[in-house]
Amino acid sequence: MKGWKVRTGIAICAVFGVIAIVGPWLNDLMGLGPWKIDYQAIQQPPSAEHWLGTTAQGQDVLAQMIAGTRNSVLVGVLAAVLGVVLAVLMGVPAGFFGGRVDAVLSFFTNMFLVMPVLPLILVVAGYVQDTGPITIALIIGVFGWAPGARTLRAQTMSLRQRDFVMAMRMLGETRIRLIVVEVLPHLAGWLSAMFLHMVLGAVLAEAGLAFLGISSADSISWGTIINQAQQVALLNGLWWWFVPPGLCIALLGTATGLINFGIDEVMNPRLRTSDVKAVRKMKRVLEGTR
Amino acid sequence: MSSRTRFLVRRVGFYAATLWSAITLNFLIPRLMPGDPASVIVRQLQKQSGQSVPPESVEAIRKLFGDPRANILQQYVDYLSSLAHGDFGLSVSRFPTPVSELLAAGLPWTLMLVGTTTVLAFLLGTALGIASGWRPGSKLDGFLSPLSTFLTAVPYFWVALIALWLFGLVLGWFPLGGGYDPDLYGRSGFFGSVLYYLAMPAATIVFSSFGGWLLGMRNMMITTVSEDYVLLGKAKGLSGARIMFRYAARNAMLPTVTGFALAIGGVLGGALLTEIVFAYPGIGYLLFDAVGKRDYPLMQGVFLMTTLTVLLANLVADSIYVLIDPRTREGGR
Amino acid sequence: MTETLLDVRALNVDYVSAAGAVRACSEVTFQLRRGEILGVAGESGSGKSTLIMALVRLLRPPAVTTGGEVWLHPREGEPVELVRRSEKQLRALRWRSVAVVLQSAMDALNPVARLSAQFADVLKTHDRKITKQRVAERTAELLDMVGISPDRARSYPHEMSGGMRQRAMIALALACDPELVVMDEPTTAVDVVMQRQILGHILELRKRLGFSVVFVTHDLSLLMELADRIAIMYGGRIVEVGDSADLYGEPKHPYTKGLRDSFPPLRAPATTLHGIPGTPPDLRNLPPGCAFEPRCPRRFADCAERRPELLTVGRGQVACHLHDRERANV
Repeated sequence: MKGWKVRTGIAICAVFGVIAIVGPWLNDLMGLGPWKIDYQAIQQPPSAEHWLGTTAQGQDVLAQMIAGTRNSVLVGVLAAVLGVVLAVLMGVPAGFFGGRVDAVLSFFTNMFLVMPVLPLILVVAGYVQDTGPITIALIIGVFGWAPGARTLRAQTMSLRQRDFVMAMRMLGETRIRLIVVEVLPHLAGWLSAMFLHMVLGAVLAEAGLAFLGISSADSISWGTIINQAQQVALLNGLWWWFVPPGLCIALLGTATGLINFGIDEVMNPRLRTSDVKAVRKMKRVLEGTR
Repeated sequence: MSSRTRFLVRRVGFYAATLWSAITLNFLIPRLMPGDPASVIVRQLQKQSGQSVPPESVEAIRKLFGDPRANILQQYVDYLSSLAHGDFGLSVSRFPTPVSELLAAGLPWTLMLVGTTTVLAFLLGTALGIASGWRPGSKLDGFLSPLSTFLTAVPYFWVALIALWLFGLVLGWFPLGGGYDPDLYGRSGFFGSVLYYLAMPAATIVFSSFGGWLLGMRNMMITTVSEDYVLLGKAKGLSGARIMFRYAARNAMLPTVTGFALAIGGVLGGALLTEIVFAYPGIGYLLFDAVGKRDYPLMQGVFLMTTLTVLLANLVADSIYVLIDPRTREGGR
Repeated sequence: MTETLLDVRALNVDYVSAAGAVRACSEVTFQLRRGEILGVAGESGSGKSTLIMALVRLLRPPAVTTGGEVWLHPREGEPVELVRRSEKQLRALRWRSVAVVLQSAMDALNPVARLSAQFADVLKTHDRKITKQRVAERTAELLDMVGISPDRARSYPHEMSGGMRQRAMIALALACDPELVVMDEPTTAVDVVMQRQILGHILELRKRLGFSVVFVTHDLSLLMELADRIAIMYGGRIVEVGDSADLYGEPKHPYTKGLRDSFPPLRAPATTLHGIPGTPPDLRNLPPGCAFEPRCPRRFADCAERRPELLTVGRGQVACHLHDRERANV
């Protein structure tokens, strides 16, 4: 998987991953504290002391961003893992077994596909009292598996027709084993692409929920930063407060998208742009000999 | 024609079943939550209005939110009958306005917002996606694909915030919120003001969402372009444009229409958030308000209304699909 | 009007990737006469499909023509070299001089357009002033040539049977009265009975309209019925060319003999089938000598070292050292 797209994507994701893991220590290292109030510097633009400026309460934005990375990434990854697992459980058996299993599973999949998920999440979240990051991740994962399940079902159905699957059945391979050992590895490309997609979706969803006020009071994530920035920052033009979190979400999402381009090219050779360029070069050579 | 009708009838059946599931979900959620939401609501009402709540209202609330004393099947039947009468209960935060009234006021705004932005984003994204997918790896594609990836990763509401700050506050070109100029309500400039206030929310949604359409169409085009019938089109000596549109795009579009139907739920979600940023008077804004004030009747009313809208939109998309894909004549998909 | 319609000289086609190029067709040279049916036979991977797609400039990336010339001698006008011609200039020739019939009609016909529309668009493209009525007449005429009733013109491809679709494709290919029709395994996906019908149609239409055909298949016995001359491809090269009867009766190349012997005649007594042992060559790692040498029952020392050239022997051509030697000895 060469090409600048994939390498950039992986690099960006790695950076965020590292920050997510070592966030609090990084903050300590730099002498920053997301909750620390600097009374001298309230609503200050970026400066040597506060690289990303301060909030309306005098808190350092950079510190908050670093601290918030952990929750945003955590929710993103957790929800994506849950989503992929559910997608596999709902999609693969539907495609593999067909018949009544398929009818039941597909009904639920289609239902969740079609229903507007955000309002539903809001309703559920509105009832649940404790909305810490784990809970949010659970909620997002539970409501976000449907598109993946649909794709997996279709892919499994076409795989089932393939000769090697039929051959294994004839050899007496149990169906469960077949699915786990033979079918799932073939779906690896799809699964990774789905996972990356869901990470983005979950980070966006978490931000959206935080924006709407659904997050736990003492946790910071990129979404909560935007939430807090929303009222005050806008009116006072404190752009350094609300621009970074959104930018980071976009960056993380772009990174996952870029990696997905790479996965696409592996799965579908026609998309390989490096080959396309090689062909074009050759054609130009030929036309030169007219 | 009967095959197509059969297909549509089956879809209607499915949507009816989904709607029923949504309604039932709505019924179950408050009853599954810890505590007794109905009494919470009654208490909230008492706090709000400063008076005790009349017994009929308490009954109505219990019907919608759960009566630990009554039989659950009986409750279900009562619930369904309330809904059938259009009774979604009374809003807690705006007591005693019925939820249905609030929904009726907000829905047209949301529809207008979602309608215009979806159509625009679809057209823009699909057109660029066709161009991009026709020549993958070209300079155009090399620019549009990563750009679209970036744009789909950008949170709607954050773009809305920035747009609001930049164009509303700093440059002062557009209003800071609302759906229309209150001074012009019911007068001649009203329609113009509606459009003016619609401009920014719509622009931000289109900006954030056309990338998704672009990438989808691009990938479908790439697959379609490698099909034999496109090759035959070239062999026939047809012009590039003709092949691109009549052969490739025309076929690549089919899954896009299906995808469109499925995306509507997501579009609505994004629109909801945008309404909040711009204080646009649609049901998204209503929902936000409701969540903040824990106004369960209103929250659930919005959920049901959104579900109904999405299902109807899906039905429309399905009908369009039936018209454009002649293969739906044979059996089912 | 010259007797030669198509003159192919040293055509090279490569599959190019960022990692390097694999040669699928090497130094392919042959001529096609006006009104002649030339069959091209070979196993999968022999380069036959790549060859004919290269002839009509329909190669899909990553395949690219990297050398050689293809001269077309149309009825009117100057001879045209096809390899270096720009796509724009080629378009005028497409379908009018050269038409294509692909392997699977289900894949080759636009699934969302009616059959009549697929005829109409090509008729209108090559004759701007054609009237609607004339289009309908011509479509009916063409469909009739292959035994399809004109009321089927309003059907969609998925509504037709496999054989009907295939015949429709042939009718479509003849729409603009081409001089050359290139067919890539058009009967492979069809049952034997339909196959016979289609071949019959091709022969009859050729007699009536006088076009030439390059017909690619892996089924040599089929070409016996259909082709005037046959070219055998192996490892990306032509290894033998000759009149069908000669080739079948007295194959000069051991590979041709092996191919011929693999298809038992319908009425002969049952004998043991002889296949050709071994596997087709890996085009990325071609040996310095003859590509068929590892599988050849009549190989000798020279074969692995020197690649045999395509030489005229008797009434045909063959690339085999056996015949080199005989010539040398004569």
